[in-house]
Amino acid sequence: MREMEPTENEGRRDFLKKACAACIGGAVMIPPLAAGVAVLLDPVRKKAGAGDFVQVGFLSALPEDGTPRKFTVLTTREDAWNKMTNVPVGAVYLRRLAADKVEALNVACPHAGCFVDFVQDRNSYLCPCHNSTFAVDGKINDPKSPAARGMDALETQIRNGNEVWVKFQNFLAGEAEKIPA
Amino acid sequence: MKSFLNWLDSRTGCKKLLHEALYEKVPGGARWRYVWGSTLTFALAVQFITGLFLWLAYNPSSQTAWESVYYIQNHMTGGAWLRGIHHFTAQAMNILLVLHLMQVVIDGAYKAPREVNFWFGFLLLLLVLALSLTGYLLPWDQKGFWATKVATNIVAITPFIGPELQKLIIGGADYGHHTLSRFFALHAGFLPGMIVVLLAGHIYLFRRHGLTVKEPRRGADTTFWPDQVLKDAVACLAVLATVLFLVIAGHGAELGGPADPTEPYSAARPEWYFLFLFQFLKYFPGGTEVWGAIVIPTLLLIVMCLMPFFGKWRLGHRFNIWFLGAMFGGVALLTVLAMNDDRRNPSYRVAKEAADREAERVKVLAAAHGIPTSGAVNLVREDPFVQGPKLFARNCASCHRYGGHDGLGLTVKDPQSAADLKGFASREWIERLLDPAHIASSNYFGGTKFATGKMVRFVKKEVAAYTPQQKEQLRKVIVALSAEAKLKSQLASDAKDASEIAAGRELIKGDINCTECHAFGKPDEEATGPDLTGYGSREWLISFLSNPAHPKFYGKRNDRMPRFADEKILDTKAIGLIADWLREDWYEPPTTASAAH
Repeated sequence: MREMEPTENEGRRDFLKKACAACIGGAVMIPPLAAGVAVLLDPVRKKAGAGDFVQVGFLSALPEDGTPRKFTVLTTREDAWNKMTNVPVGAVYLRRLAADKVEALNVACPHAGCFVDFVQDRNSYLCPCHNSTFAVDGKINDPKSPAARGMDALETQIRNGNEVWVKFQNFLAGEAEKIPA
Repeated sequence: MKSFLNWLDSRTGCKKLLHEALYEKVPGGARWRYVWGSTLTFALAVQFITGLFLWLAYNPSSQTAWESVYYIQNHMTGGAWLRGIHHFTAQAMNILLVLHLMQVVIDGAYKAPREVNFWFGFLLLLLVLALSLTGYLLPWDQKGFWATKVATNIVAITPFIGPELQKLIIGGADYGHHTLSRFFALHAGFLPGMIVVLLAGHIYLFRRHGLTVKEPRRGADTTFWPDQVLKDAVACLAVLATVLFLVIAGHGAELGGPADPTEPYSAARPEWYFLFLFQFLKYFPGGTEVWGAIVIPTLLLIVMCLMPFFGKWRLGHRFNIWFLGAMFGGVALLTVLAMNDDRRNPSYRVAKEAADREAERVKVLAAAHGIPTSGAVNLVREDPFVQGPKLFARNCASCHRYGGHDGLGLTVKDPQSAADLKGFASREWIERLLDPAHIASSNYFGGTKFATGKMVRFVKKEVAAYTPQQKEQLRKVIVALSAEAKLKSQLASDAKDASEIAAGRELIKGDINCTECHAFGKPDEEATGPDLTGYGSREWLISFLSNPAHPKFYGKRNDRMPRFADEKILDTKAIGLIADWLREDWYEPPTTASAAH
């Protein structure tokens, strides 16, 4: 029995040593990794702006016959540390519905976000990437279109008689519903 | 699990490899003095990890480098920690390198057959120093910019190839876009890649020759795992704890104001572990710098390289130890001297304080306004709080003072010959101007030719003899005149004292009769003193600074004051900045108390 004791003790001590070595050795890597992963994941925290009303053009510039025209949206944009005023953030098609009524469609295709073209001859929209087609009111034209929903209509306002204001927003691509991005 | 491991082992031989790595023999037992190599490997691993993650957010260009570091530091979760750990581990590495080198030399681990491994370690040391040097520039702050500029200018004095070498390093004839690109590529690509290769060789050679054990052995032989690993892990923990302590104590790594090539920065110093070289250069008179910067350091490095050969000679080993000891002693001495020099140098202190103020200030401005695409340096260039004191010190302080100093905090050697402008146009300032005890002091007209002029005579004779009732009238005049300035600091009291101001305005034209000599409210061609309409306002001050000799100010009686705009000494922007600063009109962040309302 007396000969068994030291070996048992030694074994226990050896295990303790190994456990400590492994734990401390592992623990020292945690702080740098944790700080790194926190920075890696930082963008997930960021939320897109709710979208503000922006003046994009004038009512008088829209054809009476309801042909859509493309307008660039200029507004304040924050990009990480930069804050830029009056810079392009996207574009919309504006279409006159009535003397004082305008419809606005975001040019981004709801399928994958490519810029959709308006094809004058066919009076409809065609996405140059995956051939989704949309009617002039933005609804899906061809049921075989890859897009899951029609083009995204945006809220509009006519201010001071002639100014067209649009609440500019982007929505998640690929979804059947309009989910703000 | 076991069958998977067996499969993996049969395909890779990983078990044998692991066994070899862990059960390396440690003759004579595990010892604390063997930990340095492991702590260095640990520190290097920390730098690789933190560096890679920093890479995710860093942006190397002169318009975005400082800005992205600012963003990492202040706006990204964990960013201040990440940068802090990277920054302080870099510093710890330099100390660990010295300890590792000393241990290797004292224990004789550099002698045959380990010469090649010593040289590997020597190269690794140089590479780590190169990493420190390149990393110092990347935040593109004033400190890093100017300190690195000195370092690359020293490169240019290298014999024969200096200028070409310098261009090669900075990517052109002058600092610019490619400087940061190159430094970043070196710092994050070339140098770490070389380190990985050399470190692999270093560890391979170390394993090949085994530990150098001092005889007699202290204990029974053991294996690397777990005895030595435990000691190594504890040492790494101590390194990490030190680094984390420094991160907390220093609130993360320091970030100075954004680099501005047009704004010389006299507090530029290399990082503390290069201070010795900086100090060393002070002892070499013009034309001989090449000795201090290149020749002597190179000779010392060559001696270090040759140490394995010296070690073979009798007394050679002792020489090596003494040589290294003397070298590091000299380095320590020079470092202390450099720090002492700076501590005793008031202009360094002032420059450092100004730099700290600027670094804090730019954060405030960036948080408030966002950073323009042209870079944060433009926030600083257009800020009266930062530029005012500098412009004042450069253009006004040879005659004027600001609170007794030159605006930046330095005492001026030239005698004061014009007014002290701190608090200019405030009620207190005007009150003292109209005080018989002060008007002829050097803080007002004492140093000017107006010291015996009409205004001084008026105050000393008539105001001195004012009755209590007249004194009350004068008080209202002061309030009214000061209200002309529309100072931000007095907006509340000016609004509150509207009726006194109205009364004071009447008294200026009436009983106190300032308008006998001054214009007030309307132009007066007969006026001999400066126009009091809008006295101290932004417009008034700008036109005064532009041309104090204009008839509506001092006219032909103007003393020595330059016509700053008319003589093209300063542009409109600079004059505006001085005016805003004197009027204490700069952006102030809302205090937490007012933000809560």
